[in-house]
Amino acid sequence: MANVGTDRVKRGMAEMQKGGVIMDVVNAEQAKIAEEAGAVAVMALERVPSDIRAAGGVARMADPTIVEEVMNAVSIPVMAKARIGHIVEARVLESMGVDYIDESEVLTPADEVYHLNKKDYTIPFVCGCRDLGEAARRIGEGASMLRTKGEPGTGNIVEAVRHMREVNGQVRKLIGMSEDEIMTYAKELGAPYHVLVAIKENGRLPVVNFAAGGVATPADAALMMQLGADGVFVGSGIFKSDEPAKFAKAIVEATTHYDDYELIAKVSKGIGTAMKGIEISTIAPEQRMQDRGW
Amino acid sequence: MVKIGVLGLQGAVREHVRSIEAAQGEAIVVKKKEQLAEIDGLILPGGESTTMRRLINQYGFLEPLQQFGQAGKPIFGTCAGLILLAKEIVGQPAAHLGLMDIKVERNAFGRQRESFEAILPIKDIADDFEAVFIRAPYIVEVGPNVEVLATDQDRIVAAREGHYLCSAFHPELTDDYRLTAYFVKMVEESQKHLAS
Repeated sequence: MANVGTDRVKRGMAEMQKGGVIMDVVNAEQAKIAEEAGAVAVMALERVPSDIRAAGGVARMADPTIVEEVMNAVSIPVMAKARIGHIVEARVLESMGVDYIDESEVLTPADEVYHLNKKDYTIPFVCGCRDLGEAARRIGEGASMLRTKGEPGTGNIVEAVRHMREVNGQVRKLIGMSEDEIMTYAKELGAPYHVLVAIKENGRLPVVNFAAGGVATPADAALMMQLGADGVFVGSGIFKSDEPAKFAKAIVEATTHYDDYELIAKVSKGIGTAMKGIEISTIAPEQRMQDRGW
Repeated sequence: MVKIGVLGLQGAVREHVRSIEAAQGEAIVVKKKEQLAEIDGLILPGGESTTMRRLINQYGFLEPLQQFGQAGKPIFGTCAGLILLAKEIVGQPAAHLGLMDIKVERNAFGRQRESFEAILPIKDIADDFEAVFIRAPYIVEVGPNVEVLATDQDRIVAAREGHYLCSAFHPELTDDYRLTAYFVKMVEESQKHLAS
Protein backbone atom coordinates (compact mmCIF):
# COMPACT_ATOMS: atom_id res chain seq x y z
CA MET A 1 0.00 0.00 0.00
CA ALA A 2 1.27 3.46 -0.84
CA ASN A 3 2.61 5.48 2.05
CA VAL A 4 2.43 9.26 1.51
CA GLY A 5 3.91 12.18 3.46
CA THR A 6 6.71 10.18 5.14
CA ASP A 7 9.91 11.92 6.29
CA ARG A 8 11.82 10.27 3.46
CA VAL A 9 9.37 11.49 0.84
CA LYS A 10 9.24 15.01 2.31
CA ARG A 11 12.97 15.43 2.93
CA GLY A 12 13.78 13.61 -0.32
CA MET A 13 11.87 16.20 -2.29
CA ALA A 14 14.27 18.85 -0.98
CA GLU A 15 17.27 16.60 -1.74
CA MET A 16 16.22 16.69 -5.40
CA GLN A 17 16.45 20.48 -5.38
CA LYS A 18 20.12 20.50 -4.32
CA GLY A 19 22.54 22.56 -6.32
CA GLY A 20 19.62 24.51 -7.72
CA VAL A 21 18.03 27.93 -7.55
CA ILE A 22 14.49 28.56 -6.32
CA MET A 23 13.07 31.83 -7.62
CA ASP A 24 10.31 34.12 -6.33
CA VAL A 25 7.65 34.86 -8.97
CA VAL A 26 4.42 36.85 -8.84
CA ASN A 27 2.70 35.65 -12.03
CA ALA A 28 2.69 32.98 -14.75
CA GLU A 29 4.91 34.99 -17.06
CA GLN A 30 7.69 35.28 -14.47
CA ALA A 31 7.29 31.59 -13.60
CA LYS A 32 7.94 30.66 -17.22
CA ILE A 33 11.03 32.90 -17.36
CA ALA A 34 12.30 31.18 -14.20
CA GLU A 35 11.65 27.68 -15.56
CA GLU A 36 13.28 28.56 -18.88
CA ALA A 37 16.34 29.86 -17.01
CA GLY A 38 16.74 26.53 -15.20
CA ALA A 39 15.15 27.21 -11.79
CA VAL A 40 14.53 23.97 -9.83
CA ALA A 41 11.33 25.42 -8.34
CA VAL A 42 9.43 28.68 -8.08
CA MET A 43 7.95 30.42 -5.06
CA ALA A 44 4.54 31.89 -5.92
CA LEU A 45 3.93 35.20 -4.16
CA GLU A 46 1.75 38.25 -4.43
CA ARG A 47 4.74 40.57 -3.99
CA VAL A 48 8.48 39.94 -3.82
CA PRO A 49 10.07 40.74 -0.43
CA SER A 50 11.47 44.15 -1.44
CA ASP A 51 7.96 45.25 -2.47
CA ILE A 52 6.51 43.84 0.76
CA ARG A 53 9.11 45.86 2.64
CA ALA A 54 8.26 49.01 0.66
CA ALA A 55 4.49 48.55 0.97
CA GLY A 56 4.44 47.98 4.73
CA GLY A 57 1.20 46.86 6.40
CA VAL A 58 0.32 43.20 6.89
CA ALA A 59 1.71 40.68 4.39
CA ARG A 60 -0.35 37.50 4.02
CA MET A 61 -0.46 34.28 1.99
CA ALA A 62 -0.77 35.02 -1.74
CA ASP A 63 -4.15 35.15 -3.42
CA PRO A 64 -4.90 31.51 -4.41
CA THR A 65 -5.58 32.73 -7.96
CA ILE A 66 -1.90 33.66 -8.33
CA VAL A 67 -0.71 30.38 -6.85
CA GLU A 68 -2.98 28.44 -9.19
CA GLU A 69 -1.90 30.48 -12.20
CA VAL A 70 1.74 29.69 -11.45
CA MET A 71 1.00 25.99 -10.85
CA ASN A 72 -0.67 25.80 -14.25
CA ALA A 73 2.15 27.62 -16.01
CA VAL A 74 5.14 25.40 -15.15
CA SER A 75 6.04 21.73 -14.67
CA ILE A 76 8.72 22.35 -12.03
CA PRO A 77 7.65 22.30 -8.34
CA VAL A 78 5.73 25.28 -6.97
CA MET A 79 6.21 26.55 -3.43
CA ALA A 80 4.14 29.14 -1.59
CA LYS A 81 4.45 31.05 1.67
CA ALA A 82 2.19 30.84 4.72
CA ARG A 83 2.45 33.15 7.74
CA ILE A 84 4.31 31.76 10.76
CA GLY A 85 1.80 29.81 12.83
CA HIS A 86 -1.10 30.31 10.41
CA ILE A 87 -2.60 26.83 10.42
CA VAL A 88 -5.35 27.66 7.95
CA GLU A 89 -3.18 29.36 5.34
CA ALA A 90 -0.95 26.28 5.41
CA ARG A 91 -3.92 23.92 5.09
CA VAL A 92 -5.34 25.98 2.20
CA LEU A 93 -2.04 25.77 0.32
CA GLU A 94 -1.86 22.04 1.03
CA SER A 95 -5.39 21.55 -0.29
CA MET A 96 -4.41 23.35 -3.49
CA GLY A 97 -1.58 20.89 -4.00
CA VAL A 98 1.43 23.21 -3.82
CA ASP A 99 4.60 21.14 -3.58
CA TYR A 100 6.27 22.87 -0.62
CA ILE A 101 5.16 25.45 1.94
CA ASP A 102 7.51 28.11 3.26
CA GLU A 103 6.52 29.07 6.81
CA SER A 104 8.03 32.46 6.25
CA GLU A 105 9.13 35.49 8.22
CA VAL A 106 8.73 37.52 5.01
CA LEU A 107 5.01 37.53 5.81
CA THR A 108 3.65 39.09 8.99
CA PRO A 109 3.51 36.34 11.66
CA ALA A 110 0.05 35.11 12.64
CA ASP A 111 1.37 33.65 15.89
CA GLU A 112 4.20 35.18 17.90
CA VAL A 113 4.60 32.16 20.17
CA TYR A 114 4.00 28.97 18.22
CA HIS A 115 5.25 27.83 14.84
CA LEU A 116 3.24 25.27 12.87
CA ASN A 117 3.34 21.62 13.86
CA LYS A 118 4.62 20.64 10.46
CA LYS A 119 4.55 16.91 11.19
CA ASP A 120 0.77 17.06 10.80
CA TYR A 121 0.92 17.82 7.09
CA THR A 122 1.41 15.63 4.02
CA ILE A 123 3.12 18.55 2.29
CA PRO A 124 6.71 19.31 3.28
CA PHE A 125 7.77 22.63 4.83
CA VAL A 126 10.82 24.84 4.54
CA CYS A 127 11.63 27.21 7.43
CA GLY A 128 14.14 29.96 8.05
CA CYS A 129 16.94 29.80 10.63
CA ARG A 130 19.70 32.04 11.96
CA ASP A 131 21.56 29.50 14.08
CA LEU A 132 21.61 25.82 15.00
CA GLY A 133 19.11 26.28 17.85
CA GLU A 134 16.50 27.70 15.51
CA ALA A 135 17.32 25.09 12.84
CA ALA A 136 16.91 22.26 15.36
CA ARG A 137 13.61 23.65 16.71
CA ARG A 138 12.17 23.77 13.20
CA ILE A 139 13.41 20.23 12.48
CA GLY A 140 11.84 19.17 15.76
CA GLU A 141 8.50 20.59 14.58
CA GLY A 142 8.82 18.66 11.32
CA ALA A 143 10.46 21.03 8.83
CA SER A 144 11.84 19.00 5.89
CA MET A 145 14.11 21.72 4.57
CA LEU A 146 15.87 24.76 6.01
CA ARG A 147 17.09 28.04 4.63
CA THR A 148 19.02 30.84 6.21
CA LYS A 149 16.81 33.80 7.02
CA GLY A 150 19.26 36.45 5.89
CA GLU A 151 17.47 39.76 5.59
CA PRO A 152 14.87 39.40 2.82
CA GLY A 153 14.28 42.08 0.22
CA THR A 154 17.53 43.95 0.91
CA GLY A 155 19.80 42.64 -1.83
CA ASN A 156 22.43 42.62 0.93
CA ILE A 157 24.14 39.26 1.46
CA VAL A 158 25.69 40.04 4.85
CA GLU A 159 22.94 38.52 7.01
CA ALA A 160 22.68 35.33 4.94
CA VAL A 161 26.46 34.92 5.30
CA ARG A 162 26.22 35.47 9.06
CA HIS A 163 23.46 32.87 9.42
CA MET A 164 25.10 30.24 7.19
CA ARG A 165 28.43 30.59 9.01
CA GLU A 166 26.68 30.44 12.38
CA VAL A 167 24.68 27.27 11.59
CA ASN A 168 27.60 25.44 9.99
CA GLY A 169 30.06 26.53 12.67
CA GLN A 170 27.73 25.27 15.38
CA VAL A 171 27.18 21.97 13.53
CA ARG A 172 30.97 21.48 13.41
CA LYS A 173 31.25 22.29 17.10
CA LEU A 174 28.48 19.80 17.91
CA ILE A 175 30.11 17.04 15.89
CA GLY A 176 33.33 17.55 17.82
CA MET A 177 31.61 17.32 21.21
CA SER A 178 31.61 14.28 23.43
CA GLU A 179 28.19 12.83 24.11
CA ASP A 180 28.03 14.08 27.71
CA GLU A 181 28.32 17.69 26.49
CA ILE A 182 25.29 17.57 24.20
CA MET A 183 22.53 18.10 26.77
CA THR A 184 24.14 21.30 28.01
CA TYR A 185 24.59 22.49 24.45
CA ALA A 186 20.91 21.70 23.80
CA LYS A 187 20.02 23.84 26.80
CA GLU A 188 22.22 26.72 25.62
CA LEU A 189 20.79 26.64 22.11
CA GLY A 190 17.22 25.95 23.16
CA ALA A 191 17.40 22.99 20.80
CA PRO A 192 15.67 19.60 21.07
CA TYR A 193 18.24 17.16 22.46
CA HIS A 194 17.31 14.26 20.16
CA VAL A 195 17.78 16.43 17.05
CA LEU A 196 21.29 17.37 18.18
CA VAL A 197 22.17 13.74 18.93
CA ALA A 198 21.05 12.76 15.41
CA ILE A 199 23.13 15.55 13.85
CA LYS A 200 26.21 14.44 15.78
CA GLU A 201 25.69 10.79 14.78
CA ASN A 202 25.21 11.56 11.07
CA GLY A 203 27.83 14.28 10.93
CA ARG A 204 25.44 16.73 9.27
CA LEU A 205 21.99 18.27 9.37
CA PRO A 206 19.25 15.73 8.55
CA VAL A 207 17.67 18.07 5.98
CA VAL A 208 19.09 20.27 3.25
CA ASN A 209 19.88 23.89 4.06
CA PHE A 210 19.57 26.52 1.33
CA ALA A 211 20.69 30.13 1.45
CA ALA A 212 18.11 32.90 1.34
CA GLY A 213 17.61 36.53 2.23
CA GLY A 214 19.82 38.90 0.27
CA VAL A 215 21.17 37.01 -2.76
CA ALA A 216 21.38 39.66 -5.51
CA THR A 217 24.15 38.61 -7.93
CA PRO A 218 25.67 35.43 -9.45
CA ALA A 219 28.69 35.96 -7.19
CA ASP A 220 26.42 36.12 -4.12
CA ALA A 221 24.86 32.79 -5.07
CA ALA A 222 28.30 31.20 -5.57
CA LEU A 223 29.52 32.64 -2.26
CA MET A 224 26.65 30.97 -0.39
CA MET A 225 27.40 27.63 -2.09
CA GLN A 226 31.04 27.93 -1.02
CA LEU A 227 29.94 28.55 2.54
CA GLY A 228 28.12 25.22 2.44
CA ALA A 229 24.60 26.02 1.23
CA ASP A 230 22.88 23.15 -0.59
CA GLY A 231 21.20 25.59 -2.99
CA VAL A 232 19.89 29.13 -3.19
CA PHE A 233 16.61 31.00 -2.92
CA VAL A 234 16.50 34.26 -4.85
CA GLY A 235 13.64 36.53 -3.86
CA SER A 236 13.71 40.05 -5.19
CA GLY A 237 17.12 39.68 -6.86
CA ILE A 238 15.91 38.41 -10.22
CA PHE A 239 12.75 40.29 -11.09
CA LYS A 240 14.03 43.53 -9.55
CA SER A 241 17.12 43.43 -11.78
CA ASP A 242 17.33 45.13 -15.18
CA GLU A 243 17.19 41.98 -17.27
CA PRO A 244 15.51 39.17 -15.34
CA ALA A 245 15.87 36.40 -17.94
CA LYS A 246 19.62 36.89 -18.32
CA PHE A 247 20.08 37.46 -14.62
CA ALA A 248 18.20 34.29 -13.76
CA LYS A 249 20.33 32.16 -16.11
CA ALA A 250 23.53 33.66 -14.77
CA ILE A 251 22.57 32.90 -11.17
CA VAL A 252 21.72 29.29 -12.07
CA GLU A 253 25.10 28.81 -13.74
CA ALA A 254 27.03 30.43 -10.91
CA THR A 255 25.25 28.14 -8.43
CA THR A 256 26.19 25.00 -10.38
CA HIS A 257 29.81 26.02 -10.92
CA TYR A 258 30.36 27.97 -7.75
CA ASP A 259 34.11 27.39 -7.74
CA ASP A 260 34.75 28.18 -11.41
CA TYR A 261 35.66 31.86 -11.24
CA GLU A 262 36.30 32.33 -14.94
CA LEU A 263 32.83 31.04 -15.64
CA ILE A 264 31.28 33.30 -13.00
CA ALA A 265 33.10 36.27 -14.55
CA LYS A 266 31.76 35.27 -17.97
CA VAL A 267 28.14 34.83 -16.87
CA SER A 268 28.23 38.09 -14.89
CA LYS A 269 29.01 40.15 -18.01
CA GLY A 270 26.30 42.10 -19.79
CA ILE A 271 23.43 41.08 -17.52
CA GLY A 272 22.52 44.61 -16.49
CA THR A 273 22.33 46.13 -13.03
CA ALA A 274 21.46 44.13 -9.93
CA MET A 275 18.61 45.24 -7.67
CA LYS A 276 19.29 48.28 -5.53
CA GLY A 277 20.42 47.13 -2.09
CA ILE A 278 19.73 48.32 1.43
CA GLU A 279 22.37 48.70 4.13
CA ILE A 280 21.17 46.67 7.14
CA SER A 281 21.96 49.37 9.74
CA THR A 282 19.44 51.70 8.05
CA ILE A 283 16.58 49.26 8.74
CA ALA A 284 14.73 50.00 11.98
CA PRO A 285 14.85 47.01 14.37
CA GLU A 286 11.08 46.45 14.15
CA GLN A 287 11.38 46.27 10.34
CA ARG A 288 13.89 43.41 10.43
CA MET A 289 12.16 40.33 9.07
CA GLN A 290 14.79 37.94 10.46
CA ASP A 291 13.66 38.66 14.03
CA ARG A 292 10.19 37.29 13.31
CA GLY A 293 9.76 33.76 14.65
CA TRP A 294 12.15 32.40 17.27
CA MET B 1 37.43 -1.26 -9.02
CA VAL B 2 35.20 0.30 -11.67
CA LYS B 3 34.89 4.08 -11.86
CA ILE B 4 31.33 5.33 -11.94
CA GLY B 5 30.46 8.95 -12.59
CA VAL B 6 27.45 10.80 -11.21
CA LEU B 7 26.32 13.67 -13.41
CA GLY B 8 26.79 16.55 -10.96
CA LEU B 9 24.92 19.45 -12.54
CA GLN B 10 22.04 19.42 -10.05
CA GLY B 11 20.13 17.03 -7.78
CA ALA B 12 20.83 14.14 -5.41
CA VAL B 13 24.49 13.71 -6.33
CA ARG B 14 26.00 13.08 -2.88
CA GLU B 15 23.55 10.24 -2.16
CA HIS B 16 24.49 8.38 -5.34
CA VAL B 17 28.17 8.78 -4.54
CA ARG B 18 27.54 7.17 -1.15
CA SER B 19 25.54 4.33 -2.74
CA ILE B 20 28.23 3.62 -5.34
CA GLU B 21 30.90 3.49 -2.64
CA ALA B 22 28.73 1.19 -0.53
CA ALA B 23 28.40 -1.08 -3.58
CA GLN B 24 32.20 -1.31 -3.95
CA GLY B 25 32.61 1.12 -6.84
CA GLU B 26 34.70 4.25 -7.13
CA ALA B 27 32.52 7.35 -7.50
CA ILE B 28 33.36 10.53 -9.40
CA VAL B 29 31.20 13.65 -9.62
CA VAL B 30 31.06 14.69 -13.28
CA LYS B 31 30.67 18.43 -13.82
CA LYS B 32 32.62 18.82 -17.08
CA LYS B 33 32.21 16.76 -20.24
CA GLU B 34 35.94 15.97 -20.40
CA GLN B 35 35.50 13.84 -17.27
CA LEU B 36 33.39 11.32 -19.22
CA ALA B 37 36.65 9.90 -20.62
CA GLU B 38 37.73 8.85 -17.11
CA ILE B 39 34.70 6.74 -16.20
CA ASP B 40 33.36 3.26 -17.00
CA GLY B 41 29.69 3.93 -16.23
CA LEU B 42 27.44 6.88 -15.42
CA ILE B 43 24.50 7.61 -13.13
CA LEU B 44 22.04 10.35 -14.07
CA PRO B 45 20.64 11.36 -10.66
CA GLY B 46 17.26 12.57 -9.53
CA GLY B 47 16.62 16.30 -9.60
CA GLU B 48 14.71 18.57 -11.92
CA SER B 49 14.96 17.25 -15.48
CA THR B 50 14.26 20.66 -17.07
CA THR B 51 17.07 22.26 -15.03
CA MET B 52 19.50 19.46 -15.86
CA ARG B 53 18.65 19.74 -19.56
CA ARG B 54 19.33 23.50 -19.54
CA LEU B 55 22.72 22.87 -17.96
CA ILE B 56 23.45 19.94 -20.31
CA ASN B 57 22.90 22.27 -23.26
CA GLN B 58 24.82 25.11 -21.68
CA TYR B 59 27.96 23.04 -21.28
CA GLY B 60 27.77 21.04 -24.51
CA PHE B 61 27.09 17.78 -22.65
CA LEU B 62 24.35 16.45 -24.93
CA GLU B 63 26.42 14.82 -27.68
CA PRO B 64 29.21 13.57 -25.41
CA LEU B 65 26.59 11.86 -23.20
CA GLN B 66 24.92 10.28 -26.22
CA GLN B 67 28.30 9.09 -27.52
CA PHE B 68 29.13 7.68 -24.09
CA GLY B 69 25.98 5.53 -24.24
CA GLN B 70 26.41 4.59 -27.89
CA ALA B 71 29.94 3.38 -27.14
CA GLY B 72 28.39 0.71 -24.95
CA LYS B 73 29.17 2.30 -21.58
CA PRO B 74 26.40 1.62 -19.03
CA ILE B 75 24.10 4.44 -17.87
CA PHE B 76 21.66 4.29 -14.95
CA GLY B 77 18.98 6.99 -14.75
CA THR B 78 16.90 7.54 -11.61
CA CYS B 79 13.71 9.65 -11.71
CA ALA B 80 14.81 12.78 -13.64
CA GLY B 81 17.64 10.62 -15.04
CA LEU B 82 15.07 8.19 -16.44
CA ILE B 83 13.38 11.11 -18.20
CA LEU B 84 16.74 12.18 -19.66
CA LEU B 85 17.34 8.64 -21.02
CA ALA B 86 13.93 8.16 -22.66
CA LYS B 87 13.35 8.24 -26.42
CA GLU B 88 9.91 9.75 -25.99
CA ILE B 89 8.26 12.01 -23.38
CA VAL B 90 4.47 12.36 -23.24
CA GLY B 91 3.35 15.89 -24.14
CA GLN B 92 6.83 17.10 -25.14
CA PRO B 93 7.88 17.51 -28.76
CA ALA B 94 11.46 16.34 -28.22
CA ALA B 95 13.34 13.90 -25.99
CA HIS B 96 16.59 14.68 -24.15
CA LEU B 97 19.31 12.02 -24.65
CA GLY B 98 16.87 9.67 -26.37
CA LEU B 99 19.02 6.59 -25.66
CA MET B 100 16.53 4.14 -24.19
CA ASP B 101 13.52 2.77 -26.05
CA ILE B 102 10.91 3.85 -23.51
CA LYS B 103 8.09 6.38 -23.48
CA VAL B 104 7.71 8.22 -20.17
CA GLU B 105 5.26 10.56 -18.54
CA ARG B 106 6.59 13.25 -16.20
CA ASN B 107 5.08 13.83 -12.74
CA ALA B 108 2.83 10.92 -13.64
CA PHE B 109 1.83 9.99 -10.09
CA GLY B 110 0.85 13.59 -9.32
CA ARG B 111 2.34 16.45 -7.34
CA GLN B 112 4.38 16.28 -4.12
CA ARG B 113 1.21 15.59 -2.09
CA GLU B 114 0.93 12.25 -3.93
CA SER B 115 4.62 11.32 -3.53
CA PHE B 116 4.92 7.97 -1.72
CA GLU B 117 6.95 4.99 -0.58
CA ALA B 118 6.17 1.39 -1.46
CA ILE B 119 7.81 -2.01 -1.06
CA LEU B 120 8.34 -3.54 -4.50
CA PRO B 121 9.82 -6.69 -5.99
CA ILE B 122 12.50 -5.96 -8.60
CA LYS B 123 13.23 -8.82 -11.01
CA ASP B 124 16.57 -10.56 -10.35
CA ILE B 125 17.42 -7.97 -7.66
CA ALA B 126 15.10 -7.97 -4.65
CA ASP B 127 11.70 -9.17 -3.41
CA ASP B 128 11.21 -6.29 -1.04
CA PHE B 129 12.86 -3.11 -2.27
CA GLU B 130 11.97 0.11 -0.46
CA ALA B 131 11.09 2.41 -3.32
CA VAL B 132 10.76 6.16 -2.69
CA PHE B 133 8.78 8.00 -5.37
CA ILE B 134 9.00 11.81 -5.47
CA ARG B 135 6.92 13.63 -8.09
CA ALA B 136 7.94 10.58 -10.04
CA PRO B 137 7.53 9.73 -13.70
CA TYR B 138 6.59 6.27 -14.93
CA ILE B 139 7.10 4.37 -18.16
CA VAL B 140 4.04 4.28 -20.39
CA GLU B 141 5.45 2.04 -23.14
CA VAL B 142 8.59 -0.01 -23.69
CA GLY B 143 10.26 -1.15 -26.93
CA PRO B 144 10.75 -4.86 -27.81
CA ASN B 145 14.27 -5.04 -26.35
CA VAL B 146 13.41 -3.51 -23.02
CA GLU B 147 13.01 -5.76 -20.02
CA VAL B 148 10.56 -4.57 -17.36
CA LEU B 149 12.11 -5.03 -13.90
CA ALA B 150 9.44 -3.57 -11.61
CA THR B 151 5.89 -2.27 -11.62
CA ASP B 152 3.74 -0.45 -9.08
CA GLN B 153 -0.04 -0.36 -9.48
CA ASP B 154 0.52 -1.81 -13.00
CA ARG B 155 2.81 1.05 -13.95
CA ILE B 156 6.33 0.33 -15.12
CA VAL B 157 8.81 1.87 -12.69
CA ALA B 158 12.11 0.09 -13.46
CA ALA B 159 13.52 -1.34 -16.68
CA ARG B 160 16.68 -2.43 -18.46
CA GLU B 161 17.68 -2.34 -22.10
CA GLY B 162 21.14 -3.84 -22.61
CA HIS B 163 23.57 -1.47 -20.89
CA TYR B 164 20.88 1.06 -19.93
CA LEU B 165 19.08 0.83 -16.58
CA CYS B 166 16.42 3.11 -15.16
CA SER B 167 14.12 3.53 -12.17
CA ALA B 168 11.31 6.01 -11.50
CA PHE B 169 12.10 5.82 -7.78
CA HIS B 170 15.18 6.86 -5.78
CA PRO B 171 17.38 3.99 -4.58
CA GLU B 172 19.91 6.60 -3.41
CA LEU B 173 17.56 7.86 -0.69
CA THR B 174 17.63 4.56 1.21
CA ASP B 175 20.32 2.35 2.72
CA ASP B 176 19.32 -0.48 0.37
CA TYR B 177 22.21 -0.66 -2.11
CA ARG B 178 21.05 -3.72 -4.09
CA LEU B 179 19.94 -1.83 -7.20
CA THR B 180 23.14 0.24 -7.27
CA ALA B 181 25.17 -2.96 -6.73
CA TYR B 182 23.34 -4.47 -9.73
CA PHE B 183 24.43 -1.47 -11.80
CA VAL B 184 28.02 -1.72 -10.55
CA LYS B 185 27.96 -5.35 -11.77
CA MET B 186 26.62 -4.21 -15.15
CA VAL B 187 29.56 -1.82 -15.41
CA GLU B 188 32.05 -4.55 -14.46
CA GLU B 189 30.62 -6.86 -17.10
CA SER B 190 30.63 -4.18 -19.79
CA GLN B 191 34.23 -3.38 -18.99
CA LYS B 192 35.20 -7.01 -19.60
CA HIS B 193 33.10 -7.06 -22.74
CA LEU B 194 34.49 -3.79 -24.12
CA ALA B 195 38.04 -4.95 -23.39
CA SER B 196 37.66 -8.26 -25.23
